[in-house]
Amino acid sequence: MTPPILTSNAFLRSDGRKGIRNIVTVVYLVECAHHVSREIQTPFRDQGVHLLGFSGCYPNEYSFRMLRSLCTHPNVGAVLLVSLGCEGFNRKGLLEAVRATGRPAGLLVIQQAGGTRSTIRSGRDWVSKTLRELESTPRTTMALNELVVGTVCGGSDGTSGITANPAIGRAFDRLVSEEACCIFEETGELIGCEQIMVSRAVTPELGRILDESVVKAARYYATLGHGSFAPGNADGGLTTQEEKSMGAYSKSGSSPISGLIKPGDVPRKGGLYLLDVVPDGEVRFGFPNINDNAEIAELIACGSHVILFATGRGSVVGSAISPVIKVCANPETFLNLPEDMDVNAGRILEGESNLDQVGDEIHGLIKRIADGQPTASESLNHQEFVLGYKSFEPVGPTCHPTYQ
Amino acid sequence: MQPAIRLFPSDNILVLVRSLDAGDEVLIEGAVHILKASLGLGHKIAAKKIAIGDRILKYGAPIGSATAEIQPGEHVHLHNMKSDYLPTFTLDKGCEFHKNP
Repeated sequence: MTPPILTSNAFLRSDGRKGIRNIVTVVYLVECAHHVSREIQTPFRDQGVHLLGFSGCYPNEYSFRMLRSLCTHPNVGAVLLVSLGCEGFNRKGLLEAVRATGRPAGLLVIQQAGGTRSTIRSGRDWVSKTLRELESTPRTTMALNELVVGTVCGGSDGTSGITANPAIGRAFDRLVSEEACCIFEETGELIGCEQIMVSRAVTPELGRILDESVVKAARYYATLGHGSFAPGNADGGLTTQEEKSMGAYSKSGSSPISGLIKPGDVPRKGGLYLLDVVPDGEVRFGFPNINDNAEIAELIACGSHVILFATGRGSVVGSAISPVIKVCANPETFLNLPEDMDVNAGRILEGESNLDQVGDEIHGLIKRIADGQPTASESLNHQEFVLGYKSFEPVGPTCHPTYQ
Repeated sequence: MQPAIRLFPSDNILVLVRSLDAGDEVLIEGAVHILKASLGLGHKIAAKKIAIGDRILKYGAPIGSATAEIQPGEHVHLHNMKSDYLPTFTLDKGCEFHKNP
């Protein structure tokens, strides 16, 4: 049987993956190259040229892996790296990794290119030339079983767990049944849900790993003094920690959990995956995710073509590389911030819709966005990006039992 | 529309989708129940009779257990349910995290 079609406007990449955007990324390899990179990108920011990078001067395996995954993401058509010259980042390794995929890739080293003004001029020339080249990128058909969707919640309130989050869960259930790959994350917000999550794992061994990932998150947050084991916000009707966590967890829907991945791991098969964003080993480098965009970048590094973002209070962010669909949980917020929202899940509270209908609406919107329609945040040029230091141990074969 | 919704078929609680006043009526499985106190959006009421020790199910998942018998239409909150989760986790003086059996 032929799998259902997502779009006929996709871009085929040399690794066989397909993209729904053809982005040029301008990438600073240290904060010292950030200004020059931003100046290169700004004139093209509404032509699909996005800015991302890494601020640190000290090399870090995780951040290298993140940028390599992002620069070879199927939504990316070409990459311009901008280095100051003396930072620790392995610019040659990243350049070679991108060139190996056949993408146009450039490297500008400010200290060797005559300084700020010369580098900006060279960079803009490179971007102009590359944008013309990308116009002739061939289009191809992409099936739903080639799609990767990530989900995140931010700016949550009492309505998130009863409208936007479970509606995203319904969309996830439908996508998983169509063999798409769906990723949920933030083990720190799953504290209290681990037992039910374990029961959804496709093998008992995977279940044990899922449980351990939540225990790790709880320990990590406790050490940072951030994790709260107190009952949830009683005023909003939440009674227990597990109830609060279940609200966030409901974004995962009800499909079996096929595997656990870490930032930069791209699932090889359709199904539902938990992304473990909490570093391994002793607690270092601070909070696992300093804001929502750090989580979005990690979901994209795992191959997400599109992000479903549930918000109650009203986050306005988008992201570099992959479109962000804002699913608004609270009907009052939707009225306050209509230009920033894509889906009004708050209609469920007003009796004008139900979870299945909003789930179907999200599903339909993903198809239109894959076809090229911009999301609210894309049309407003929201291209937020943040990347910090972390350390991870690689996952073992028990983390993805469906691959065999 | 109904002021309280069932999030999952097996749930034994309903969630209010708008604030209700004491004396307001809620229809649960054909029977009319009158609220004893005002309740805000997001609060829970019992969808059926719940015995002491029964799991409270929301999203089809246990979110705690009843600490008192709860009648249909009654407010379900801190006064008649508790977390099954919190007691299983403790923090010692060194901020080490323990999951107890």
